[in-house]
Amino acid sequence: MLRSLHRWPGLIAALLLVVLALSGAALSVFPAIETVRTPAQTEAGLSLATLATRIRTVHPGVEQIRRAPSGAITAYWFEGGTPGAAIIDPATGAGVGSADASPFERWLKNLHRSLFLDDTGRIVAAAGAAATLILSLSGLSLVARRTGGWRKMLARLKGPLAGRLHVEIARVSVAGLLLSSLTALWMTASTFGFVPEGAGPLPMPAVSGQTGVLLSKMPMLRDTPVSALRDLTFPAPDDLTDAYALKTATGEGYLDQGTGLVVAWTEAGAWEKVNETIYMLHTGRGAAVLGLILGLMALGVPVMAGTGVWMWVFGRRGRPRMRGTVAAGQADTILLVGSEGGSTWGFAATLQAALTAAGLRVHVAPMQAFAPDHYGRAKRIVVLAATYGDGVAPASAKGFLDRLAAPPDASVIPLVVLGFGDSSFPAFCGYAHEVAMAASDKGWPMLLPLDTVDRQSPQDFARWGRDFGAAIGVPLELNHQPSAPASISLTLISRRDYGAEVQAPTAILRFALPRRPLWQRLTGRGLAGFAAGDLLGIVPEGSPIPRFYSLASARRDGFAEICVSRCPGGLCSGQLLDLAPGDAVRAFLKANPDFRPKRGRAPVILIAAGTGIGPLAGFARKNTAHRPMHLWFGARHPDSDLLYGDEMAAWQADGRVASVTTTFSRTAKRAYVQDALRQDGARIAQLIKDGAQVLVCGGRGMAAGVAEVLTDILAPQGLTPAMLKAKGRYVEDVY
Amino acid sequence: MKTLLAALALSTALVAPGLALARPVTLTTTMNAYGGNGAYLAIYVTDAEGAYQGSLWVAGGKSKYYEHLSDWYRATAGNTAEINGITGASVGAGRELTITLDLADALFDAGYVLHIDAAVEDMRNSPSEIAVPLTTAGAGQATPGRRYIASFAYAM
Repeated sequence: MLRSLHRWPGLIAALLLVVLALSGAALSVFPAIETVRTPAQTEAGLSLATLATRIRTVHPGVEQIRRAPSGAITAYWFEGGTPGAAIIDPATGAGVGSADASPFERWLKNLHRSLFLDDTGRIVAAAGAAATLILSLSGLSLVARRTGGWRKMLARLKGPLAGRLHVEIARVSVAGLLLSSLTALWMTASTFGFVPEGAGPLPMPAVSGQTGVLLSKMPMLRDTPVSALRDLTFPAPDDLTDAYALKTATGEGYLDQGTGLVVAWTEAGAWEKVNETIYMLHTGRGAAVLGLILGLMALGVPVMAGTGVWMWVFGRRGRPRMRGTVAAGQADTILLVGSEGGSTWGFAATLQAALTAAGLRVHVAPMQAFAPDHYGRAKRIVVLAATYGDGVAPASAKGFLDRLAAPPDASVIPLVVLGFGDSSFPAFCGYAHEVAMAASDKGWPMLLPLDTVDRQSPQDFARWGRDFGAAIGVPLELNHQPSAPASISLTLISRRDYGAEVQAPTAILRFALPRRPLWQRLTGRGLAGFAAGDLLGIVPEGSPIPRFYSLASARRDGFAEICVSRCPGGLCSGQLLDLAPGDAVRAFLKANPDFRPKRGRAPVILIAAGTGIGPLAGFARKNTAHRPMHLWFGARHPDSDLLYGDEMAAWQADGRVASVTTTFSRTAKRAYVQDALRQDGARIAQLIKDGAQVLVCGGRGMAAGVAEVLTDILAPQGLTPAMLKAKGRYVEDVY
Repeated sequence: MKTLLAALALSTALVAPGLALARPVTLTTTMNAYGGNGAYLAIYVTDAEGAYQGSLWVAGGKSKYYEHLSDWYRATAGNTAEINGITGASVGAGRELTITLDLADALFDAGYVLHIDAAVEDMRNSPSEIAVPLTTAGAGQATPGRRYIASFAYAM
């Protein structure tokens, strides 16, 4: 519901909002220009009488004097049969600039408020303002949901760039957009007369019928400082029934042209002041700096519109059409999908296709459509549950837990829960865990224990598919490619071998980068720009499922380098280690933007074991700015598998690495990298105190061991790895 | 082109005896290129002493801006009942407003004066920019305005 409330107004109004925002941002500059150009009023407390006298001396035919909220004073006169007007220097009363707004500003203003369509356009523009208001409010709620609560609104974001950009910009600009849209709606209502106005000018009172009082002899003009002036209109020449009409910050009325006395006066009403303030807040006239800030914030709208449409298009692509699904009552297998961005639907489609191919009758529905009473012939319910942000239910699963009552009567249908999530979040697959727990509490039998798929890993999904197939007696080979990237051929140019002596064959493989023609750059094909820490997906022969390896080089280095060790029975690692220079593999790129040193000069703690050294070596290689990087590296034996040993010595010598600590598990000491960390606990604690970021790369067991040691090291500072993770100061790349 | 029995909008004392003797009059107001948004115009009649008699036409749809038609507003206190059914769109720079209405014969050659107040957003008010006596002899003669109106003429 909340998401629809954000998505549909956003998509429908995107183009309109871009036009309104860009024109608004451009208009925001004018009040600032006007303020800068306005001649400064140097005399404090200059009275209106003095100013009017100065102007009348220069322009005897003066008819009207106005003061804009910016402080600019404009005089209008009629002399020698022609009208004239100018911005006035209050010190002299002489004109110093043109009084007319530039045609460009007027053009922009008409575009901004009515799209050149007069009242119809005003209503459309107001609808745009209403859409902005709805988008701001629903967007705020979505951000709160994503980050895990209103108090965590400013938490660090994860996920694809478009989504992060969308939220980052929204967090900066939402305040301005709320203010601008609310004031816009008010101003439209005011234009159409739905807002109470002031009473308007007073009726012209009876006057003395005399003329000729000197401006300097009029008490009201003498007492009114120029800063309070809004408008002074002179009586029409030779009209004895006319009077001076004066409007100031406090009220308006008439002054007799014979006696100089006030003949009628009314104080400004409350509504008038409200309307004036709202006008100022929206246009920046009288508040130029605020106007510029609002204008800058409005510039976020085009970016948000672009990224928003982008996310929608890709979300839709991620939800494939499924063939051969059946109604809930006819199905033997119920597939329930809890997806936020839509990627889990892709997995569901793969599973549905495989099950249907195996002869099962499958019904697919979002989790929120859960209706066990209708599952008359169901033999199993499969729940594919993503987790949104910090363990929150995804959009298509809203209300599922509330509806998850005890299973209906005796016909108990077993349940399978598969969680999708990102293990770099503290609450990995938190929602799936919650679902599985609630289901067992309510008495639903579990066909399989809860399993998880990390970061859309096709391997995790395939493995679960085999388990699930075994449990239901159907051989299942699930091949799901989340985004089905096009792979290209990479040729090995060199390899360095390690580890044969310790029965752990390992190699650093370096591939040539194919030239990337312009059309590939434009269409985003081929190997795009990459940095150390991004992932290289290798598609082995004989399996369509890719394996991912962390890159130890950046595109700038001119080659793609990975570290591979032979897994027992591993198809892909076997093929890679059998490559000779000149051989080629199929590969593609997968961005991994969270795993790299944050910008800045803070120290970096690099912790790796085995082939996990790859990306960290890449970070060190790039560290020509000599930021303090400290490496802890665990290998088996210094003579056999000390990957990048030579480079590390060189990098340490030229300052790219501040310190290197190695441990070896196959020497007499039998130490793991965790042991070295514990030993260096005080040093690490100090580095963290100095703002260090921790990057860990290695196997799951090693990462868990490192987290354990760091928990102990951080405890005296009142910190935990989870707290550092939340700030992006503790990132892992584990396999 | 609007044809209206605008005489009805004038004060009954003036119009009643002459109602049978009315003739169609075409008022043509041509705006100059003043470089602003659409102008609000009020076309109305006063007697020789300047006392308001009635309105013929108001161009511009939003009554909240009528106060800028200052002379007309002063005479009518902005009472929109004065102009019920005789309003239209504002008139853009360089455009022409033509209205045809039945005016009582008694209005002509009797000292009555036709006024036009003009106002444009963010620009000066221009009360009584046109003030021409209604005479049979003056028909068809163009009168220049002061600020926004290039010329005005009435034709019988």
